[in-house]
Amino acid sequence: MIGRIRKLMDAGVIGINSRNRSYIMPRNPRRLYALVDDKVQTKKLAEAAGIAVPELYGLVNSVRTAREFHRFIEGHDDFVIKPARGSGGKGILLITERRREVCIKGDGTALQSSEIEHHIQNILGGIYSLGGHPDQAIIEYRVKFDPVFEKISYRGVPDIRLLVYRGVPAMAMLRLPTRSSDGRANLHQGAVGVGIDMATGVTTSAVCRDRRIIEHPDFGTVLSGHEIPHWEDLLLLAARCQELAPLGYLGVDVVLDADLGPLILELNARPGLAIQIANGRGLRGTFSAIDAADLSGLDPIQRTALSRKIAIEQKDVG
Amino acid sequence: MRSVQTTLLVFVLMATGVGLMCLKVQQLGLPLLPGQIEPVWSVEAKIEFDASGKGAVVNFDIPDQLGGYILLEEYFVARNYGLNVETDKGDRRAEWSTRRARGKQRLYYRTEIVPQASPEPEVEKGEKHRVPIVETAPEYAEPLKSAIGDVLGETRAESADIFSFVTQLLVKLNNEAPDGNVLVIRDNLDPKSDAWVDRLIYVLAGARISSRLVRGVLLEDGQSDQTPTAWLEVHNGEQWQGFDPSSGDKGYPDNFVRWSVGSEPLLKVDGRNAGRVSFAISQYGHSLASIARDRAAASKSWLSSLLLFDLPVSTQNVYRTLLMIPLGALVVAFMRTLVGIPTLGTFMPILIAVAFRETELVWGIALFVLVTSAGLSIRFYLERLQLLLVPRLCSVLVLVVLLILIISLISARLGLDRGFSIALFPIVILTMVIEHMSVIWEEAGPGAALKEGVGSLLVAVLGYLVMSEDHLQHIVFLFPEVLLILLAVFIVMGRYTGYRVTEVMRFRDIVER
Repeated sequence: MIGRIRKLMDAGVIGINSRNRSYIMPRNPRRLYALVDDKVQTKKLAEAAGIAVPELYGLVNSVRTAREFHRFIEGHDDFVIKPARGSGGKGILLITERRREVCIKGDGTALQSSEIEHHIQNILGGIYSLGGHPDQAIIEYRVKFDPVFEKISYRGVPDIRLLVYRGVPAMAMLRLPTRSSDGRANLHQGAVGVGIDMATGVTTSAVCRDRRIIEHPDFGTVLSGHEIPHWEDLLLLAARCQELAPLGYLGVDVVLDADLGPLILELNARPGLAIQIANGRGLRGTFSAIDAADLSGLDPIQRTALSRKIAIEQKDVG
Repeated sequence: MRSVQTTLLVFVLMATGVGLMCLKVQQLGLPLLPGQIEPVWSVEAKIEFDASGKGAVVNFDIPDQLGGYILLEEYFVARNYGLNVETDKGDRRAEWSTRRARGKQRLYYRTEIVPQASPEPEVEKGEKHRVPIVETAPEYAEPLKSAIGDVLGETRAESADIFSFVTQLLVKLNNEAPDGNVLVIRDNLDPKSDAWVDRLIYVLAGARISSRLVRGVLLEDGQSDQTPTAWLEVHNGEQWQGFDPSSGDKGYPDNFVRWSVGSEPLLKVDGRNAGRVSFAISQYGHSLASIARDRAAASKSWLSSLLLFDLPVSTQNVYRTLLMIPLGALVVAFMRTLVGIPTLGTFMPILIAVAFRETELVWGIALFVLVTSAGLSIRFYLERLQLLLVPRLCSVLVLVVLLILIISLISARLGLDRGFSIALFPIVILTMVIEHMSVIWEEAGPGAALKEGVGSLLVAVLGYLVMSEDHLQHIVFLFPEVLLILLAVFIVMGRYTGYRVTEVMRFRDIVER
C-alpha cells in the first residue's frame, strides 16, 4: 500500500483531493461554472467566437411547449435531445432515424412521440441536472461521426476529451462507447478511454473501467496505433476554448464529424482523472512544465506549439 | 499566507476546545467517562430535648461554608414543627417552632455533601465573620491570673510568630506531665470539649490574639452517634488557621466538615443552651455527572453557564442527538475524502444514521434494504407510466408509507416483539434514497447505484455506531466545546491533497503492468 502510494507519487498521478484543491479551486473561479455547466450558454458563446459546435435546432424550456418539439425537428431526420445542465452524459437521447411518427433510437429501438415527450419532461423537471434544478432540453444536430472510428466504436458517438491546463492542451484521450456503456462515451458507464500522444495524435494505451486494456472489449480490435484525423485543428480548437471560458483546468469534449470536422460538444469544469490511466502516466509533470513556462501573451497557436513541445519533453522524461 | 491563516485558525480552535475542556474538568470536576460513581456523604444531625409541655422554639445552627466540601441537598424533618430558616449576619440558622410539645422531642436535619473538585480558599462574608480584635487583655482572677501570665511569658520566649506561639502554648497546656500553672489553667476540662476551646480563647486573649471556636463533623462511614468536634481557629492578622486543641497540631483532619463558627451554642431551645445534638454519617455512591451538575451550580463559576443542564429536559434531549451529528459528519468526511467510499449525497448517510437511532440498527438495516429494493422496483414500474418528476416522487412516498404499514401489520400478526416504533423521519429518508438511487441506476447503471447504496449504508452504519457510542455522547454533551476541536479536524482534513484509499487501487495500472 505505502509502496504503491510512493510509486503513484513518483509517476505524478493526481488524486481527486489534489485535483480539487490544487487545480480546480485556484484555477476555476466558481462564477464561471455557469458558462460550462449550461450547454446553451456554451453553445452561444462558441457560436459568437466562431468556434465550431453542433447546430442548435431548438430549445424546450417549459412543460407546455414540450409537445411542440416536433416543430424543431421538422426537416431533420436525425437529432439529439439532451439536458442543458446534464452531467456525465446523463439524459442524452440519440435519434438516428424517423419513420412517420416513430423515432428510432441509437440502439435501434423505436420510440413513440409520447415517449420522447416524457423524456423531455424529465429533462425539464431536472432529473438529469446537477442538484436537480429545473432544466432546459436542447435539440441539436446529430454528429455523423468520422468513419475512422467505426471499427473501434460500439454505436454512439466517440469523442475526444482534451484536458486544457491554463490554455495549453495537457493530455488527451479518445473515448469509445461500448456495449456496456449503452453507446455513451462516458468512462463511468463503461466506455473505453484511449490515450493519445499529444505530439503526433496517435493513440497509445487504453483503459476500460479503470483497468488497462489492449483490445476493444466488444470488437477485439487493437486500440493503439490509430491516428486521429485533423489532430492539429483539434488541438487548436481546444486551446481556443480557453477564450470562451477562462477556466485554468478545463475539459474540452470534441467530436469529429465526417462532414464538418472537429466540433466542440461540451466543456467541463471538473474533468475526471481516468485520462491518466488511459495515457499510462500522471498529469503533474505536464502541469508543472506548463506552470514553469511563460504563458503571458501567447495566442492559441503558440499554446498548441508549447503543448507539443512539452509532450515531447515529457516523453523523454518518462 | 492562506496556509498560515489556516494553521493559526486550527491552533486557536484546538486550544480553545481543549482549554475549555480542561478548565471544566479541573474546576467543575466534570467526569470524562460516563457512569462514574463518586461517594456522597450523608450527614444527619439528630436534635433531642425534653419538652416542657408548652410551646417550644428550637434554634439550630446549620452549615454555610463546609471547608473543602459542597452542600448538594438538605432536608428538614420535624413532625408538628413549623420551620423557618433565617440568616443572621451571614450565618444560617434553622428555627423550628411548635405550640405544644410534650416529652422527648426528636428533630432531624440531613444534608448531602461531596468534596470540592478543587479546594479553594473560602471568602467569609457577613458581619459575623469580621475578625474580632482583642483591644485589651481580660482581667483574670487569681490564681488564674499568675498562671496565665507565667505560661504566656514562657511561651512568648520560645516562639517567633503568632502561629508558632499558639502551637507552643497548646503543646505546653496538653503536656502529659503538667506543672502547677498548667493544671490551674486546665481546670480538669476535657481537651476535646467546647469548654476547653473556650478556655483557650480566653487564655489567648491575654496575649491579645484573636481566636474562635469552630465545630465540625468528622466524616466516618457508619457513625451513628457522633458528637460535634470542637476546633480552635486563630487569626494572625491576615488569615485564620485551625489548631487541634488537644495537641496543637496545625490544620484540620481531611475528613473535617465545618458545621458552625463561633462560640454561640449549636442548639438553643427557647433561647437557652439545652438538648443534645448528635450526628449520623453514611456514605453512598452517586453518578459523577449529576454531582458535577450540582457542584457546577453551587460553584457559581462562569464555566457552569456553558453547561446544558439548565435547559429544559426535552431540549436537552434534542441536543443529545444534535450535538452528535457533527461526529456522524466526521465519519462521512473520513470515508469520502480519505477512504473514497461513494455515498448518495453528502449528508444522506448521516440522515440514514439518525433514522437508525429511531429504529435500532439491525431492524433499521433490514428495513432499509427491504423498503429500498421494493421501492426501487415500484419506481421502475412508475417509470413506464411516464409520470412527471414531482408527482412520481410523491407516488413513491405513498407507496413507501403503505409498504411500511404492511410490514407493521405483518410483524404484529407474527407477534414479532419489535413492536415497530417507526417514526416519520425514516420514511422521508427512504423515499429520498429510492429516488436518488433510481436516477443513478438509470444513468450510471445498476452497478454504480448498488455501489453508492451499499456505500451509504456502510457509512450510515459506521456513523450510527459512532453517534450512539456512550463515551462520545457523554463527552459531547458535557463538553460541547469538543465541536471546536472537530471543526479544527475538518479544516485540517480540507487541506488534504493526498490519495484516497480507493484511488490507490484505481490508479494501480498506471504504475504496475
